[in-house]
Amino acid sequence: MTAVAEPEVGRARLRKEDARLIAGRTRWTENMALPGMLHVAILRSPHAHARISRIDVSAAAGAANVVAAFTGADVSETQGALACAWPVTEDIVMPTYPPLAVTEVRHVGEPVAVVVARDRATAVDSLELIDVEYEPLPVVLDIEAALADDSPLVHADAGTNKCYTWVFDSAQAGSGGATSDAAAEAEVTIQRRYVQQRLIPSSMEPRSVVVDPTGGDWTIYSATQIPHILRFLLAATTGTPEHKINVIAPDVGGGFGGKLAVTPEEWIAFAAANRVGRPVKYTESRSENMVSAHHGRDLIQDITLYAKRDGTVTGLDVKLTANMGAYLGIVTPGVPILGAFMYNAIYKFPAYRFECTGVFTNTTKTDAYRGAGRPEATYAIERTMDELAAELGVDPMEVRRRNWIKHEEFPFTTVATLTYDSGNYEAATDKAMRMLGYDELRAEQQARRAAEDRVQLGIGISTYTEMCGLAPSRVLGALRYGAGGWENAAVRMLPTGKVEVVTGTSPHGQGHVTSWSQIVADRLGVPFEDVEVRYGDTRIAHKGLDTYGSRSLTVGGVALVQACDRVVEKARTVAAHLLECSTDDLEFADGTFRVRGTPDAAKTLGDCALAVFAAHDLPDGVEATLDADATFDPQTFSFPHGTHLCAADVDRETGEVHLRRYVCVDDVGRVINPMIVEGQVHGGVAQGIAQALFEEAVYDADGNLLTGSFVDYTIPSAADLPPIESDRTETPATSNPLGVKGVGEAGTIAATPAVVNAIVDALRPYGVHDVPMPCTPERVWRAIRSASQEVAS
Amino acid sequence: MARISLTVDGVTYADDVAPRTLLAYYLRDQLGKVGTVIGCDTSNCGACTVLMTNADGAPRSVKSCSVLAVQADGRSVTTIEGLSTEDGMHPMQRAFHEQHALQCGFCTPGMIMTAVDLLADNPDPTEDEVRKGLEGNLCRCTGYQNIVRAVLAAAADMRGVPAVPSPRAEAPAPSAVAPAQTAEVAP
Repeated sequence: MTAVAEPEVGRARLRKEDARLIAGRTRWTENMALPGMLHVAILRSPHAHARISRIDVSAAAGAANVVAAFTGADVSETQGALACAWPVTEDIVMPTYPPLAVTEVRHVGEPVAVVVARDRATAVDSLELIDVEYEPLPVVLDIEAALADDSPLVHADAGTNKCYTWVFDSAQAGSGGATSDAAAEAEVTIQRRYVQQRLIPSSMEPRSVVVDPTGGDWTIYSATQIPHILRFLLAATTGTPEHKINVIAPDVGGGFGGKLAVTPEEWIAFAAANRVGRPVKYTESRSENMVSAHHGRDLIQDITLYAKRDGTVTGLDVKLTANMGAYLGIVTPGVPILGAFMYNAIYKFPAYRFECTGVFTNTTKTDAYRGAGRPEATYAIERTMDELAAELGVDPMEVRRRNWIKHEEFPFTTVATLTYDSGNYEAATDKAMRMLGYDELRAEQQARRAAEDRVQLGIGISTYTEMCGLAPSRVLGALRYGAGGWENAAVRMLPTGKVEVVTGTSPHGQGHVTSWSQIVADRLGVPFEDVEVRYGDTRIAHKGLDTYGSRSLTVGGVALVQACDRVVEKARTVAAHLLECSTDDLEFADGTFRVRGTPDAAKTLGDCALAVFAAHDLPDGVEATLDADATFDPQTFSFPHGTHLCAADVDRETGEVHLRRYVCVDDVGRVINPMIVEGQVHGGVAQGIAQALFEEAVYDADGNLLTGSFVDYTIPSAADLPPIESDRTETPATSNPLGVKGVGEAGTIAATPAVVNAIVDALRPYGVHDVPMPCTPERVWRAIRSASQEVAS
Repeated sequence: MARISLTVDGVTYADDVAPRTLLAYYLRDQLGKVGTVIGCDTSNCGACTVLMTNADGAPRSVKSCSVLAVQADGRSVTTIEGLSTEDGMHPMQRAFHEQHALQCGFCTPGMIMTAVDLLADNPDPTEDEVRKGLEGNLCRCTGYQNIVRAVLAAAADMRGVPAVPSPRAEAPAPSAVAPAQTAEVAP
């Protein structure tokens, strides 16, 4: 019997993944050592913009232990180009993106030449033997300067630095009114500019790729989030037959969108392997990662909110200027557009207009970083709601309550045309306020304000939602994205009753093996331990669209449920035959088919699996397999939400910020494994706090990245972060049979405005209405200083 | 080339190494001890942390990317691969598993080795002391919350104190909020 005592779904199962990870028996790409393998090193541009007038690699090529050295010109016919999969408008400017620069470099760190050598040290050393003459060209780094008529051009042949302008207008879409009317009738208008600083995703594992061209096909190991997309695009852009390419994402050490990429380095390793006919490996240094892997955020937000004096918002105008960097990565132009549907957030705004202009600069390209577009949107609206509350002199939570979608109003179609399936903002907010002791802290705040304490208390609110679970393929098509958003799963019943699950998602820390095992254990009635989950290898997981956008469970998990149900249906036919009854007479529970009214007449799923394996006695026309797969395409996005509250002590004399409490209540629908969900929230919140307080990628005037290592790009340590007090409410999604919502990005989306709102809230009596991120002590101090000088003058 | 002899995870090795070879690369590339990983090139991330005996023979944590292989001559090195014994997991490994203190797992070997050294110094640390003690090890996945919890749990375990009950594993379901719309929810 394989009876299961209690449902697996909802249990805090310890992770199956951990055993190898805590013992150092992990298969990272950089661990690969293949027979005859050579090592690749890449020479990168020291200029932000320059013409390559001459490259001489002969000295490097002739050095001892160097097998090959080559330039972009040497491989220009075969190296292919890197693809952008999201041409957001018809007239978007999409420059050619050669993996290895051929005639011109457009950002510091762009690959220029390659050495292939017997060992890593020789490869790196030999880069110094390469002689490159650059003819420097004018550089443009600032996105507003780049739009000026006389700006230097990043891509001269384009004739402009403007990549695209994308507009949404609720009056045109028929989903709301015109913001011009809201502007004309507004009793209160709040106009603000926010800057989303540039961030670097910084997964702890650097990117690494091994290409093996031996054996009649190509096997590519890559530290990637997207093995399936990598395979497709490598085939599509280099002309290599897709069926001759295998991609394996072994253990991958974090991604956060930073590995939602097809990279120049993967293409270069592919070219190098083909040139030498032997396996090659390239692993970037952290410094290379910082300067060449894509960055995130980096946009200017001009926000205008219209409201009545009672706090009811009547319209929202959003104008973005977004830095693309020098080239377009796989979804670069689409990242701000993912935010377009989220500026109205949890609120019932009657009119909304969004306009985004993408701009090229001589910087590393931007692309997806945890939340991709939605943290930016959430930050802007949650900051602005606080500004409205301050203008009206009411509690910031009260302004939110007046405008948010009430629980009984779901499903609710927003001014941005999305239909939120379920949510309960009241419940999450009430719980979070209780956990924090909101009223008590407000009283303390009043007392400290009255006493003019040197250290002031601020309370920051973020009542967020987000759209994730990417995504309905039709919607993606309507947004001009180049691919779909379905996901695939397969279930293989082994003759001993064990189960092999194949998922098209590609986990890199999220614990899919554990959660998927729990889902299958319940659905098939088999023990949790009897399920193995396979992924991340295109020879095993043939179909899939990989892991990003908090999609794996809401899309891939549903595909898995459907595949399980198909297995059960196939087994039902077999069981009925073995029990000599009609399939209608059988009920299936706890992994066992029982004849209704005769419960002793039973066959387990394992019995059926063994029966089809032997195949001695199957009904006519029944195939000797129970295996099944399923592809699920969601009808809508997933809309997790929650309320995050931050209590911050801010020192008015030093500008130092101390996060005293961080409380979050997230509603991610039904939960498969609460321990894993909580872990996702912790990590997400940490990255959101990091944007608020610590991280910023900074360039100097010549386009050199000043924050090019972990010395200067300060990702927080344990000592920098507060304990996170997290809890949940559970309002099941109605848009999928598991009732689940995405959780991977929620914390990051929610946390940043909660922290900055707390800082500004602490300092509001001193005339401070904003602090630019990251809110370092110096910036906080300067904000206080300049506000007090304004008051004085 | 320089001749070195050292013990790594209980095995004695003798090798010729280039004088500039870092211990991290020696472990990975020459010994195949790839459990120890490299996450940065500025000694900030701590992913490569191992234990190496000092001049007095006491094992102390070092970032193996900032130690030359020749400096390990005559020393004894313990990596994550040598931490567990025939009796099973080291209490710190077990605590990381039980407290969900890892997600992608890349920082985990270094984090565990640092935490082991931290407890050798201070067997009964406060939460704040754990946070400060782990300052040289970066994690991008967990927000450190469960790492701190794991180190405290391991400390209790290693002192023989009944472990702090894990609020993580098998936690009761949160209070559910009845949805207005009925979800067709899977069993």
